Amino acid sequence: MRRLVFPIILSICLFVGLMTAWDVSIRLLKVPSYIIPGPGAVFWALYNGIATGLYWEHFKVTLTEVVIGYGIGLGLALVLGSLIAVNRKVEFYFYPYLVMFQSMPKVALAPVMIVWFGLGLTSKIVNVAIVCFFPLLVNSIVGLRSTDPDRINLMRSLNASEWQIFYMLRIPSALPFIFAGLEVAIVLALIGAIVAEFVGAEHGLGMLIQAMTTTLDIAGQFSILLVLSLMGLTLNRIVKMLGNRVLFWDSSRRSQKLDTKI
Amino acid sequence: MQDQSTPANMTAAPVAGAITIKNLNKVFDTGSGKVVALQDINLTIDEDEFVSVVGPSGCGKTTLLTILAGLATQTSGTAELRGAAIAGPRRDVGVVFQSPVLFPWRSVLENVLLPIDVLRLNRSEFVPKAEALLAMAGLAGFEKKYPAQLSGGMQQRVGLVRALISEPAMLLMDEPFGALDALTRENMNLELQRIWMETRRTVFFITHSIGEAIFLGDRVLVMTPRPGQLKLEIKIDLPRPRNLEMMASPEVGLYMRQIRECLSAKGGIG
Repeated sequence: MRRLVFPIILSICLFVGLMTAWDVSIRLLKVPSYIIPGPGAVFWALYNGIATGLYWEHFKVTLTEVVIGYGIGLGLALVLGSLIAVNRKVEFYFYPYLVMFQSMPKVALAPVMIVWFGLGLTSKIVNVAIVCFFPLLVNSIVGLRSTDPDRINLMRSLNASEWQIFYMLRIPSALPFIFAGLEVAIVLALIGAIVAEFVGAEHGLGMLIQAMTTTLDIAGQFSILLVLSLMGLTLNRIVKMLGNRVLFWDSSRRSQKLDTKI
Repeated sequence: MQDQSTPANMTAAPVAGAITIKNLNKVFDTGSGKVVALQDINLTIDEDEFVSVVGPSGCGKTTLLTILAGLATQTSGTAELRGAAIAGPRRDVGVVFQSPVLFPWRSVLENVLLPIDVLRLNRSEFVPKAEALLAMAGLAGFEKKYPAQLSGGMQQRVGLVRALISEPAMLLMDEPFGALDALTRENMNLELQRIWMETRRTVFFITHSIGEAIFLGDRVLVMTPRPGQLKLEIKIDLPRPRNLEMMASPEVGLYMRQIRECLSAKGGIG
């Protein structure tokens, strides 16, 4: 217990220190609040936004876009990744297109998505799925190909079918890679949703930031950025926790967990 | 193709050979030319016989095992298991590899049941047997542990139990204890002998260690490399159960010398 208390006190002190430094420096340098608001104004805007229920309403929309788009991106990546991993021909013909597609700045695709799928949820979900797709695809392929040849030989000696080798051996072997991709992709998913909302949306936290620009409500924007970063952190932690639970057997992960311990 | 003269094998007398290999050759076609891995191998192994194969690295013993396991095919000649040509991996053949090759996401019990899952049999029917086999291998109480929680010797025993679960009539073992330290290895040899005496079956056991080959085998085959050939065959006339003291006896000394001489004529263990 005592070992936990000290780091917590320390991190609270750090937080208070940073906030004070922020407040003091903008007062001393006389930075106008429409350029950089003080921490007090930001937290006041945050409180107002939450108390009126405004943030919650838009938070729900953004979260929905992120979660559904992430799921679709994962599903597509797993299916296509499996096809590419087991079939060299599929890889030969399709991989160049996928790499070209990946080289495209996905942000630039967002306007097209709005034209195709409208201002509603669909265009955001599609954008999120596109952004998540590639890191998940690459990790699935690498993971599915990383299967230990000795283990494949063992399965063969047991007379296992290719399909049994796939789901009893290749998929579990690929999971550490897939989860590494999932941890990256969840943060990208949030970015994808916000970008699409910037381009054109009726709801969502990104749209809200955009709307605040017209009123020069910088404190409000900062407060939403805070909400978004907390959202990203929480989602990433959830994926990490899920990964640790599923991959309890992965020794490389155990050492990773040790690192996060103080 | 094959002469299917064998009738329904129900009342047949004990088949002469569990493993019969005739004029077997295996040539690998590498980029820089042909490599003869096995040359003119002739061998018969009886039912329930324990045959050790000893030889230096690259003498083709693992290649021979993969052919018997149905994981590779010979270039010419025949290899038969109980009178049937080997056409692929078989249910009545269990393979134990150099490393334990356990699945880290499966518990010890689940690893042992892997062959049952592959055969799509009802797992629960085999749990008692798996537990009994694990107990026999000195792993009682470890059923729910995961491979990472076991020592190397224990992992190798799990691999052995996994090979035994589907009651294969034949066990093919490829240097199963090669990665273990000398003390663990001696214990594993005693353990394997005990398990083999309790559950008699044909064993084809590959090893680097002359001592291990003599200790375990009813017969020791010596292979020499380039090209891989069977050079010597020694019947080991020691009572069972054998113990480590016997390894210091004059008979064993004689066996060892014979095997060493045969190997050093070809440049020794490399």
